[in-house]
This record gives sequence, C-alpha cells and structure tokens, in this order.
Amino acid sequence: MSFISYLINGISLGSVYAIIALGYTMVYGIAKMLNFAHGDVIMVGGFTVFFAVSMQGLPTAVGILLSVVLCTLLGITIEYIAYRPLRQAASSLAVLITAIGVSYFLQNMALLIFGANTKAFTSVVTLPAIKLAEGQIIISGETIVTIISCIIIMTGLTLFINKTKAGQAMLAVSEDKGAAQLMGINVNGTISLTFAIGSALAAIAGMLLCSAYPSLTPYTGSMPGIKAFVAAVFGGIGSIPGALIGGVILGIIEILSKAYISSQLADAIVFMVLIIVLLVKPTGILGKKIQEKV
Amino acid sequence: MKKMKINKKTKDNIITYGIVLVAYIVMELLINTGHISSLMQGLLVPLCVYVILAVSLNLTVGILGELSLGHAGFMCVGAFTGAFFSKCTQNAIPADLLRFILAIIIGAIAAGIVGFLIGMPVLRLRGDYLAIVTLAFGEIIKNIINVLYVGKDSDGFHFSLKDSLSLGLKEDGEVIINGAQGITGTPKDSTFTIGIILIVLTLIIVLNLIHSRDGRAIMSIRDNLIAAESIGINITKYKLMAFSVSAALAGMAGVLYAHNLNSLMATPKNFGYNMSIMILVFVVLGGIGNIRGSIISAVILTLLPELLRGLSNYRMLIYSVILIVMMLFNWSPKLINLREKYSFKRLFKKTREVQ
Amino acid sequence: MKKFKKGMSLVLVAAMIMLVGCSSSTNTNTSDNSSSNESAEAGTSEAGETSASNGSVFKIGAIGPSTGGAAVYGLAVQNGADLAIKEINAAGGINGTLIEYNFQDDECDNEKSINAYNTLKDWGMQMLVGSTTSGCCIAVAAESANDNLFQITPSGSSVDCINSNDNVYQVCFTDPNQGVGAAQYIGEHAVAQKVAVIYDSSDVYSSGIYEKFVQEAANQPFEIVSAEAFTADNKTDFSVQLQKAKDTGAELVFLPIYYTEASLILTQAAAMDYAPKFFGCDGLDGILNVENFDTALAEGVMLLTPFAADAEDDATKAFVSAYEAAYGDTPNQFAADAYDAVYILKAAIEKSGATPEESVSDLCEKLKGAMAEITVDGLTGEAMSWDADGAVNKAPKAMEIVNGNYSLIQ
Repeated sequence: MSFISYLINGISLGSVYAIIALGYTMVYGIAKMLNFAHGDVIMVGGFTVFFAVSMQGLPTAVGILLSVVLCTLLGITIEYIAYRPLRQAASSLAVLITAIGVSYFLQNMALLIFGANTKAFTSVVTLPAIKLAEGQIIISGETIVTIISCIIIMTGLTLFINKTKAGQAMLAVSEDKGAAQLMGINVNGTISLTFAIGSALAAIAGMLLCSAYPSLTPYTGSMPGIKAFVAAVFGGIGSIPGALIGGVILGIIEILSKAYISSQLADAIVFMVLIIVLLVKPTGILGKKIQEKV
Repeated sequence: MKKMKINKKTKDNIITYGIVLVAYIVMELLINTGHISSLMQGLLVPLCVYVILAVSLNLTVGILGELSLGHAGFMCVGAFTGAFFSKCTQNAIPADLLRFILAIIIGAIAAGIVGFLIGMPVLRLRGDYLAIVTLAFGEIIKNIINVLYVGKDSDGFHFSLKDSLSLGLKEDGEVIINGAQGITGTPKDSTFTIGIILIVLTLIIVLNLIHSRDGRAIMSIRDNLIAAESIGINITKYKLMAFSVSAALAGMAGVLYAHNLNSLMATPKNFGYNMSIMILVFVVLGGIGNIRGSIISAVILTLLPELLRGLSNYRMLIYSVILIVMMLFNWSPKLINLREKYSFKRLFKKTREVQ
Repeated sequence: MKKFKKGMSLVLVAAMIMLVGCSSSTNTNTSDNSSSNESAEAGTSEAGETSASNGSVFKIGAIGPSTGGAAVYGLAVQNGADLAIKEINAAGGINGTLIEYNFQDDECDNEKSINAYNTLKDWGMQMLVGSTTSGCCIAVAAESANDNLFQITPSGSSVDCINSNDNVYQVCFTDPNQGVGAAQYIGEHAVAQKVAVIYDSSDVYSSGIYEKFVQEAANQPFEIVSAEAFTADNKTDFSVQLQKAKDTGAELVFLPIYYTEASLILTQAAAMDYAPKFFGCDGLDGILNVENFDTALAEGVMLLTPFAADAEDDATKAFVSAYEAAYGDTPNQFAADAYDAVYILKAAIEKSGATPEESVSDLCEKLKGAMAEITVDGLTGEAMSWDADGAVNKAPKAMEIVNGNYSLIQ
C-alpha cells in the first residue's frame, strides 16, 4: 500500500517538473538556447499571483490572467534586450551566459521588492483531494489540476506547431533560420512569439508549483528550474511529449529513491539514473537522433 | 611564414606570463610597503584560485570544444582530498611547505583520476547532453561529500555514509570529515606566492599542451570531429587527455581554496552547479579558447562584487546588470562592428591585414 | 576580441588602483591595528548618520547573508543590530560615545564572509557582530582570532565557532546544547514514546542538532523510529519523510530545521491527514510570521526557543513594535539575537570602561575580561552569562503554539 502511495507522490512531484519542463523544451526546441532564466520567470509568475490575490485581494482568475500577461511581456522584453543581440554571436555559449545574468537580475529584483521572508502561497486550486482505500492513498487537487494542465498544454502546443501558420513558421525557424528568412518568415517575430508562449507557460507553471508547494521566496524557481531542465533532457530536449514523460519519470525516481534507498543520497541517485539513461540513449527518451554531417 | 607564426605565438605567451608576473611584483611591492587594504590582501589567494579554475576550464571548453558544467565538482574532490591529507598528516609532517606541496599533488591526482573515470563513459555525448551529464556528476560529488563521514582512531580509518555516530570511533578517535560540517581546522598554508606559482604552472601546462602535437590533435577534434577521426586521430584518447588534465588543474585550485579557509564545507554556493556556471562565465566573457582573456575576466568578475560593496543591498542587482552589459558588449556582432569602426587602431590608421 | 581584452585590462588596472587607493585613505595602518581616530573620518562619510561629539566613536561591524537563499537570516541580523545601535545612539551612546555601524553581505559563503570581514577591517571595525551562519562564522573566527578582534555571533551555533578561539562569544545556544536539551525535554516530560526526525543533512546547524539528539535519545525513555533527511537541493517535497514517520507510528516528529521548510512540512502533513506532535528548536521560531501562512496548521507545535515575537513582556513588545515600524517586517529570532548582541557589547564596554581610542587588541582583552563577569537580561534570555569558552548560559523556554500564539509551557 505504501508503494502505491509513494508512486502517487512521485507522479504529483513529477507533474510539477513536467509543466516547467514544457516551457523549457518549447524554447529550446525553437530558439535552440538553454534559457537558464526560465526558473526565475516562474518565480515572477508566482509572486504576481501572490501580490494580486493575497496582498491586493483580487479574484484568483484576475490574478492568474495578470500573471500570464506580465510574464509574457517579461519574456518578450528579456528576449529583445538580452538574447536578440547575441543571436548571430560567434558562440552559442554567449547567450547562455546572458541568460544567467538575467536569472541573477530577476532574483535580486524580487529580493529588493518583496524581501527575503518566505511567503505562504494560497493555493489557486479549489478542487478537493481524492481519498482512496480508507484514506491510505490521497491524490491532491493540485496534482489532478497539474496533470490535466500538462496534457492540455502538451496537446495545445503540438496542435499549434503542426496546424497553424505561426507554428509552421516556428518549425521552419528551428530548422534553418537563414532559409526561413528567405521564405519570407519573420525570424525575429517568430522567436519573440516563442518566448512569449514559453513565458506564459512559465506563469502557469509558477502558479501550480506554488500551489503544490506553497512557499515562495525569490529563489523558489531556481532549483525546480534546474530539475525541470534535467527532466527535459531526460525526455529528449526539444520534444514536447518527452518533457511530460521525463518530468513524471524524474519525479517517480526521486520519490522512490528517497523512500527505498536513502533520503540523504536521493539527489545523487536521481542524477545517476539520468547519466545511465543518457549513456544508453544519448539524446534522451524521445529525442531525435542527430544526423552528423560530413 | 612559418617562423613568423611561431614568433607571434611565443610573443603572445610571453605577454600572458608577463601579465601574471607583473601583477605579482606589483602586489608584493604594495604588500611590503603596506599600501594595500585588508580586503585586497584577503582576495589575493581566491583570485589565484579562480584564475586557475578559469584557465583549466578553458582547456575543456575552448580547446577541446566541449561544454562542461561540473567543473566545481573536480575542485571539490581536490579540496577535500587535499584538506583531508593535511589534517591527517598535520603531526606526521611538521614542515608546512612540504606537507602543502604533497597535498596539492595528491589533490590534483585525485581530481584527475575522477575526471578520467567520469570522462571515459560520458565524453561520447555531445553538446547540451554532455553539459547536463557533467552538471549531474558535479551534483553527485557534492551530495556524496555532504553525507560522507570519515574518522580516525588507533584502529585506523572509519567510513560511514550515515552519521558520525555510526563510525564507531574509540575514545581517542577524531572525526575528520564530518558530513555537512565538512573539515574544520585545515592549516592555513595557502599564500599568494604559492598561488602565483600554481598559476604559472597551470599556464605552462595548458599553453604547452595547446602548442604541442597533442594540442593540435585536440583542436582538430573541436573543429571537425569526423575529419579528425578520418585522418586517424584517436578521439577518445585526446578527449580524455584534455578532460582529465583540466580536472586535475581544477583539483589543484581546490587544494589552494581549502587551505585558505579554516572551515571547508560542500555547499551549493561553493561546489554546486552555481560555481561551475560562474567559472564558465569567466571563460565565455574572456573569450572562448583565449587563455589570457580567462585570466582577466576571472579577476574582474571576482573583484566586481567586492568593489560594489558600497551599494549595499543593490550590489548583486548592479552586478547582474554589468554582467549582461559586458556580455553584450563583448559578443554582440553589431557592437563588434561598431567598435571596429571607431577603434583606436583605425583612428591612428594602423590597420593590420594579417590576423 | 583583441580590443576588448585591452579595454578589459584597462578596467582591471583602474579597479586595482581604486582598491589600492581606497585602502591608502581608509587604512594606512592595518599593520599596527588601526585605532579609530585616523580612520574615523573615512568611515563617517559612509555611515553618515552619526557624528561623535568628541571625534571618536565605537565602530561595530556586522556580517551576514543579505542576498542569496539565506538572505532572510542575514537581513534580520542587519536590521536587529541596526535597531539596537540607533536606540543606543539616541540615548547618548555607550558612556557618552556614539556607535558607528556597518553591515556587509557574505552571501552565506565562507570565502565571501572573509572578504566581508576584511572590508570591515579596512573600515576600522573594532568589534564584530557576526557572522550570521555557522559555516561563515567558523571561517571568520579563525581570522578574528588572528587579529585578536572581539567577536560576538548572534546565531553561529556550531561549537567550532567558539572552540579554540577565546575572542569569540555566542548569543545563541550551541547545537549540541539544543539537541541534548530537546531529547531531555521530550524524555522527562514523557511527550512521546515513538519519535521521528526530519533534518537537513546538508546544513551544519540541522545535522549538528540531529547528531546530538540521537546520541542523547539513547539515554531517554523514548525510541527514534525513523530518521529521514533532506538536502538544500531537495527541499520542496517531504511526502516520503512524512509517510515514513506515519508508517512507523511516530507520535512526535522532531524538526531541527528552519521555519521555511517546516512550514512546508506542516502543510504537507495536513494534506495527508497526519497529525503528530511537532517539536522544534530555535530555528522554528518565526513560523507564525510567514506571510499569509495558515497558523491553524501550526497549532500545537512545541519548540524550545529563547525568543518569541508574540511574547507578552514589555521588552519584547517594545522591540517588536519598533522593528515593525522601522523595517516593515516582524522580527524573528535572528533579529532578536543581533539586537541582544549589541546590548551585550554595550554592557561589556560599560563594565570594562573601554574607550574607542584603544587598539583593537587591547579592547578585545578588556572585553574578554568583562564578559566573564557580566550578566545581561535580553530578549533571548534572562540573566545571560558566558563561560570561558564563549558559550552562553541561559535557560531555553519551552513554547507551545496555542490559538495562533506562542505560549510558555510551565
């Protein structure tokens, strides 16, 4: 019985990783850059909801909307100021480093505005928990909402990319920026759109992360951000269904290794499994095989 | 033509060594005449540590062309083995300098071996996947050190991965590595002079490697793996060579770091992925593959937060802004063009064609 | 690329000159333990708000993390000490001498803490309130022992902070003291038979208390049924640790951790319908002040702590209202410790009759002598006194959270 309960805990932790990983993988897939600031956009999303709902007393729906809009604008701004000038840079590492700078900036900005004290986040989910087997197994409302959101976002993104003109443009840009431009695609606009969608997803992820684990500090986003990055790589970075699978598997491994092996060494075990998976399947579970050109 | 090229390289190297030596002489003069703040004096050894780390990571990132996010892990291995050795032999080897040199050698070898063992399986991965695997190894090393307990009593050494009680030490026993509390009371053997000697040693190793036959083989892997393989270069051998040399140098920096502080702990701050990324920032800001650039940017980025102390709570915010601006200034193609248009060289009409 | 490097070299040289330049103006005499007279002029421009009548002031420095993940503790220390110093200055200073105050950030990193210490030394610091966290405090204590500079740490609770350094004193309890105290309290008052522990294995404070707790538990009439850890990188999900405690039938969960994580543990325990008794140490204080936290979750939590922001005595009330007015935040135990640390310095200075004209080392010797004699009534304990090691003697108070308030258990 306790195994099932651990498994459910793993899935609920994994679903949080998955929803963050979706945003990561989306940006990576199109813009081909690791956005280290993604975790901090999540934190901004969480703080916006907290500010609107808990401090100003606005309705939850307004808070969520505000957070999505703000994060979208933030994503576009960050892309315009910090990433766009470096798109043609000699090394792709340059933009990785500015992303780290942006991450520091957002953390310290939040620290100055909201202070370092932990804030308890009021869950935006009102769905009651499901209790099975006389209360032995509990599935929280947050978990259900998170999983459903993951699936909706995943389907939505896949449809958007494959069925709409803007989505096709994104695919073209990710394939070959130069050729896409020649075909009349607005490359800058398309990448801006990618960041806008990625950041809107970050706002939703931030809200659900804080609902599931209701503690909010300026550093809330950084560790889940890295874990979600790991999850995205796990599932094959750039692959949208891979992010979901990677996140859930990562969550389950983390919980089970804590439960059955050692709670002190859980981090080491999770990373060990990741390494083994990548050694067996070097591009992750659902990653595409990269053709090397001679 | 060929001769000219070699001359240019030699000249380049001499400038690099020169900068280090001049910095050393200037700082020593300032120390001896008392014209230096305690802050600056305290920063000298850390500066050496970060310079060595940046140069050694540049070997992996710039010369081998592989992204590594686990450099702090190797530093951690070096720091803990070195400090452990010094603690154990504090009574057995009374000569400080001899003990410290042995500690440096042992720390470097330990980190080199770990680098070799990690490199063997993972170096066949590429790009971001290699980056994430090295990040994972760095975190594993930190996590294990955090739960590692080692004690010593008359029966010899005791190890545990649980807590210090399960070591089962006798009355005379002493816990040397105490889990998260790390190693306390490492002798303070690190000095600026030793730091500079280690920098010069690092430069000799790295620069000679780059300009040797092996180094050219390594760079050929970076530039075109398939072409390198097709002309019979042993990819695995050269990748491993660069990676483990880089790890050993990081281990050396770790020993220097450990012997500068009284208490050594593996926190996310000093040996976590944050530090690995920070070292990568030094390398990228200074110019990938540019050894002198790594030295300069490591020094600037280490001094910068200290210089900004006057801004109190705005310090780290300003620091992040400066970091972004410096990156844009250094890497943005548009700004590079602009700089070239209005550069001093152009103004003085000293255009050089050959680069 | 080339040009950039040249530009960078220029910046670097400029930076060096700045550093050296600053140093020659503020601190030409580090070698002979600067007396405050010469460096006061340089310092006043920075601290600004105080101007000494006779031209000499006491210079008190403080160190703690004001950025990074541990910022909440460092900022509390910064403000707590600031408040005490403002009060003392408003009342005319110590023996008529005003205090100048300078706080430096260490980002909770041992190396940065030494940088902060050296910055303060350049400023002309005579006494140090810090460092805030144990690891940094151990590293800084080795430096201050070298300089023989008087150091009192508000919250560096590891024994290594004070051992082997006779110039370092603590305001808080030591970790072993807390671990043993908690085990004895649970045993003597028969609070529970089966005890589970959840601790942070990557934290000095938490693992220090845990170890001594387990050691002492062997002598007590209760049994530790599960001991599970978490790490700094893995502190959002506690379902496994709680599930294990629940499955082993623990009636009490001992939490030798800080309130940030404890608030998550309480929330998650409630979500899984697990309601044991929770028992914590001084790190748990502050849990009721987590903004927007549902205090009903903390109902019945017991903690051994020297300070509670909701205490009813006049001193605490005055402190809390002044702090809230000045910094817009409810003070936690760290702020109270730092506030006390400054008043302890004041008591020691008054006892020894020290003056700011003395050298750092002489001042330290005088204060060390005074520390053995004084007893101080502070927010974090009545009649605090210090032994030769520098550890504090005070009685912990056992508190229980009742109706959303701390109440003293008699």
